Amino acid sequence: MLNRQQAPDFKQVSTINFIHPEKKALDNGVPVFTIYSGEQDLVRIEFIFENVNWKLEKPLQAIAVSALINNGTNKLSAKEIAEQIDFYGAFFQTEYVQDQSSVTLYTLNKHLRSVLPIVKDILSESQFPQHELDIYIQNQKQKLQVNLKKNDVLSRKEFAQALFGDTAYGVNIKAAHYDALKREDLVDYFKAAYAPNNCTIIVSGKFDDVSFNLLNDTFGQDWEKSNAVKNSFNFTPTKKQFVYTEKPEALQSAIRIGQLAINRKHEDFSGLQILNTVLGGYFGSRLMNNIREDKGYTYGIGSGISSLQQAGYLFIATEVGADVCSAALTEIYKEIALLKNELVGEEELDLVRNYMLGSMLGSLENVFSHADKFKNIYFAGLDYDYYTKYIEKVKTITAEELLALANKYLTTDHFTEVVIGKK
Amino acid sequence: MVDFNRFTLANGLKVLVHEDATTPMAVLNILYDVGARDEDPEKTGFAHLFEHLMFGGSVNIPNYDEPLQRVGGENNAFTSNDITNYYITLPAENIETAFWLESDRMLSLAFSEKSLDTQRNVVSEEFKQRYLNQPYGDVWLKLRPLAYKKHSYRWATIGKELSHIENATMDDVKAFFKKHYTPQNAILVVGGNVKTEDVKKLAEKWFEPIPAGEKYNRDLVQEEPQTEARQETVKANVPLNAIYMAFKMPGRLNQDYYAFDLLSDILSRGQSSRLYNSLLKEQKLFSDINAYISSSLDPGLFIVEGKLVEGVTTETAEKAIWAELDKLKAELVSDAELTKVKNKVESVLVFSEMSLLDKAMNLAYYELLGDATLLNQETEEFLKVKAEDIKRISNETFQPNSSSTLYYLTEENA
Repeated sequence: MLNRQQAPDFKQVSTINFIHPEKKALDNGVPVFTIYSGEQDLVRIEFIFENVNWKLEKPLQAIAVSALINNGTNKLSAKEIAEQIDFYGAFFQTEYVQDQSSVTLYTLNKHLRSVLPIVKDILSESQFPQHELDIYIQNQKQKLQVNLKKNDVLSRKEFAQALFGDTAYGVNIKAAHYDALKREDLVDYFKAAYAPNNCTIIVSGKFDDVSFNLLNDTFGQDWEKSNAVKNSFNFTPTKKQFVYTEKPEALQSAIRIGQLAINRKHEDFSGLQILNTVLGGYFGSRLMNNIREDKGYTYGIGSGISSLQQAGYLFIATEVGADVCSAALTEIYKEIALLKNELVGEEELDLVRNYMLGSMLGSLENVFSHADKFKNIYFAGLDYDYYTKYIEKVKTITAEELLALANKYLTTDHFTEVVIGKK
Repeated sequence: MVDFNRFTLANGLKVLVHEDATTPMAVLNILYDVGARDEDPEKTGFAHLFEHLMFGGSVNIPNYDEPLQRVGGENNAFTSNDITNYYITLPAENIETAFWLESDRMLSLAFSEKSLDTQRNVVSEEFKQRYLNQPYGDVWLKLRPLAYKKHSYRWATIGKELSHIENATMDDVKAFFKKHYTPQNAILVVGGNVKTEDVKKLAEKWFEPIPAGEKYNRDLVQEEPQTEARQETVKANVPLNAIYMAFKMPGRLNQDYYAFDLLSDILSRGQSSRLYNSLLKEQKLFSDINAYISSSLDPGLFIVEGKLVEGVTTETAEKAIWAELDKLKAELVSDAELTKVKNKVESVLVFSEMSLLDKAMNLAYYELLGDATLLNQETEEFLKVKAEDIKRISNETFQPNSSSTLYYLTEENA
């Protein structure tokens, strides 16, 4: 007779294999890291550039360049670029994040030869036509207007500003910043940042020697170097601060609270990730259990720690019914206090260990995810020992260590508390 | 190419297995053939609320999530107008835990009052977060009843109104479970680092003892052909005027589905598409413009939506959309343009095979469509579409008398 009350036997994840990249360099010195897999006939090539030359009076330079880089070169118009990329079934994506700007090409192997020259043209000859910039400014201002109606977006902006001030991490972008964008500023930034001496290439997928030679022939020469200064910021912990924007018609309030913390380079980072998981890092977390599953105040609540190159921060974020906003805040602080005052029980800690190991294993789903894992350590100046130690820490951390970490890093006297909506 | 093996248990549960030895993980995906279209018009939002309740404990297992997390697994689910789909990913060596959990809730739920109370609140907050407290968030709550008058697609999965969710009772929950959550109404897909023979043994052990239940025979009121242009104007606290146009199109199983999918790509996929170049870049009428299909099982909608540049009248903007649609009715698309969207589709299908979960979900959905092998014939079907098909369906579809247009205006413009 089947006993359905008895859980089947299970095993804790024992080994997790990381695919390490092969390192080469183009003739002009651009490092190329390749994570190879021959299973599908496709490849992803990422060109990653550090953000440089930060100027507070021109906070949109890097962002606008990233958005407009494929909008015209000496040879091709914006439409021609898009048509050619699309014709080959390829995907061309640009991304701006706090520390880096990237250009990513996804293509089937059979079209690599045809699409690489288009990408080269973009990365070395982009022109930023005035009429494209005008359309961008108009449409981004409209998008901003829509976003400023979202409490969640407002809470993110206020939180970043409160922690990071007028730096690339924190600047609060307004419509006037778009109006002030000048074509020359984009051209200047493009020349400074999108240069071979500021570029790292990460390749994942089916990429053999013939493909590498093709990449080298295309990007290994005829690409001008630059003298750019990588962004550098210093941050000091803030005192307790409150930001509250009342929205009388709000049905829900957006809450975002947290503080500066450490980044991946710090030896406590793995431990803090475990602590974060207990607090609000997974569906079964204390915040979810209490505030969603027990009280029903919200559709979702979570916490996270974010590692930037020159800072780290931790945060708790949710959108809750406007009538229960204060009650939700009380419960959040109650959960933090519990972590600082009481040891996490063995049963819960075991569950979190197993969950995090399974989650790490599952996050290595395909060759792209292996490349993402490499980027995490490479750009933080770390090597694969980081993951070995991380896994060891997840398996062995004690409740006492977690209690100490909670007292060291969840210092609510330094929290920034942002509420948009009603209290 | 997504290979699979297939068998059916004695109680009618269909099982598909996709073996993929390149991953240490496994996925267990279960699709129930029930969605918001199967709801009572007075109790809408119920299929989705029920999805939440499926996580509130089952007859022999008080907590669903915890034992799964304990073995390194994660799960989630979604509800659409057509289906409800649950999935688990976990280390393959612990796959039996997924069978244990998933079979027990197919057997019976705990039906706890506390869980119902909480999830009513959680879903109410979801309703607010996604539909009411967002600019333009309630568009589909307005557009569906404009486009559909008889069919149950006239309400969204979240439901017509908050009160339907607030009024849900335990008797409703039990009746819904009995009617829809039976083995013969479900499709189970197991994928990843597993072997078909092992999956078969586990399926027989955990799922086969579940009683077959009664077969649910779907008999939905179908929409009558639309013969008049429909319009509605909404004013709200939003910063920009917007237009949403909905045209009737055939259901997912119609042979023309592939042509419709390509048609929406021609209009709006990426920066080389027609609407983006003509209406946003050249004429500068919209700051945002999109076309897409609802891909529903019963006859669906072809949507064109856009936000207007400030100062542009809705009349001008709408005329410009019609001019693009009329062009498709009058002229054949070029070989190059058709090849472009076909190449893109081919590429998308290859890239989608990078994700084990996507493969498992797709197998379940195509099996629901009639046969999972259809998944591997998709590319061929897209390649068969001709320029004449695009022109023909454009003429059949883009007619004022089968359009429903929602003008979503800022308060000062209304």
